[in-house]
Amino acid sequence: MTRRLFNPLLVVAAGMFAAAPILVALAPNEVTMGLVAKIVYFHVPVWFMMFLGVFICGIASGVYLFKDKQSADRLAVSAAELAVLFGLMGLTTGPLWARVSWGLWWPWDVRTTLALILELNFVAYLLLRKYGGPGSEKLAAGLALFGMFNVPFVYVSVNVWRTLHPETTVVPTLPGPMAGPFWWCVIAYLALFLVMLSGRRRLEEQRAIVDRLRLAHER
Amino acid sequence: MSEFFRIAWLVMQKDIRVESRSRELVYTTAFFATSCVLVFSIAFVRGGRPIDEAEAGIVWVALAYTGQLALSRTFERELSHDALRGLLLAPVERSSVFVGKLLGIVMLMVVVEVVVVFFVSLFFSGTLFKHVFWFSALMASGTIGFAAVGALFAAMLARTQSRTVLLPVLLYPVTVPILIAGVSGTVALIQPEPNLDLARFWLALTIFFDVVFLTLTLWTFEPLMTE
Repeated sequence: MTRRLFNPLLVVAAGMFAAAPILVALAPNEVTMGLVAKIVYFHVPVWFMMFLGVFICGIASGVYLFKDKQSADRLAVSAAELAVLFGLMGLTTGPLWARVSWGLWWPWDVRTTLALILELNFVAYLLLRKYGGPGSEKLAAGLALFGMFNVPFVYVSVNVWRTLHPETTVVPTLPGPMAGPFWWCVIAYLALFLVMLSGRRRLEEQRAIVDRLRLAHER
Repeated sequence: MSEFFRIAWLVMQKDIRVESRSRELVYTTAFFATSCVLVFSIAFVRGGRPIDEAEAGIVWVALAYTGQLALSRTFERELSHDALRGLLLAPVERSSVFVGKLLGIVMLMVVVEVVVVFFVSLFFSGTLFKHVFWFSALMASGTIGFAAVGALFAAMLARTQSRTVLLPVLLYPVTVPILIAGVSGTVALIQPEPNLDLARFWLALTIFFDVVFLTLTLWTFEPLMTE
């Protein structure tokens, strides 16, 4: 995404988030869980963004590992930080919903467990980059690839092994009055994700420029 | 292809020969596994009786902890006299070297598993042997998957600072799916009325993990093991 799109996208994201609570409030209550189920308008888009971050990090890490492109590494670390951030939001909203809906903070079903594992995987990625010393970028890229290949197991876990979680067919079958606010929130979070990714990647680029200048000066 | 397996066999033989002379890893990891089982057995006993199905989790947790120890020590050995650099500089396919190391680690973990299963069976009245074939298959496929991922991470962290703490940080999130499948399959086997269909499902999932992770490790070993 170019720098030219940053400001327009920031405005779009801000506008959509300003409108989102109104749209969510106007949406009808879900039949069985009532008002509480409205957390789905934030909980599910947040996990979509987490998966998007994981995939971007994984693919960029693959490109960095096999083609040695520094720009891919900068994109990977930016995406990993966002994956951890959005995952944290998902892991916060999920238990809030679970406590009211199912009576427990953490249900230990397959999907929540594997989602937690994915989050830990990318926290480990960030720890490795921070504390692994020189050369840890390539090692972290390898770890990100493993994390990305775990994602299909997270997504299909509900379909393979019946759990408390709604099945993955719920989203495509949302009725019209609910689907509208839901996809509005998805697009709002997507705009936010792209804004943050672009900003974070730009920060890494500038850090690389400063490092190059410092090295040139020390020589 | 035969050259690939010949090199893997040579590397594995080298590791076995080094280990047979010192027996350091076998003794220390087997003892550590015994201590693990003891600690967990104390933790999961109520009123003098073990908690139901606790032995399934204990076997796999003990395996995970001792496996991680064995992995880090196996590659630490290669650091002395720059042996790891020598292995990487050898004019052979690097993935064959990796497969050789992996086979050595799997053999070591099998020895440790025999010790762990013996003590768990002793403390928990032998429920693990109800369906020996399926249990052994589950242990074998789980060990291969865990060792494959662990060998890759241990190799790539061997020359990194903070490797002692980073190996478990990296290893456990990636291998937890294998541990979940292993524990769930073992639980299905040790029930008063074992659920063989469920155990076979978890075994199939573990084998699927193995295929995916082995492919991934062989694919990424070359670019990860750089100077």
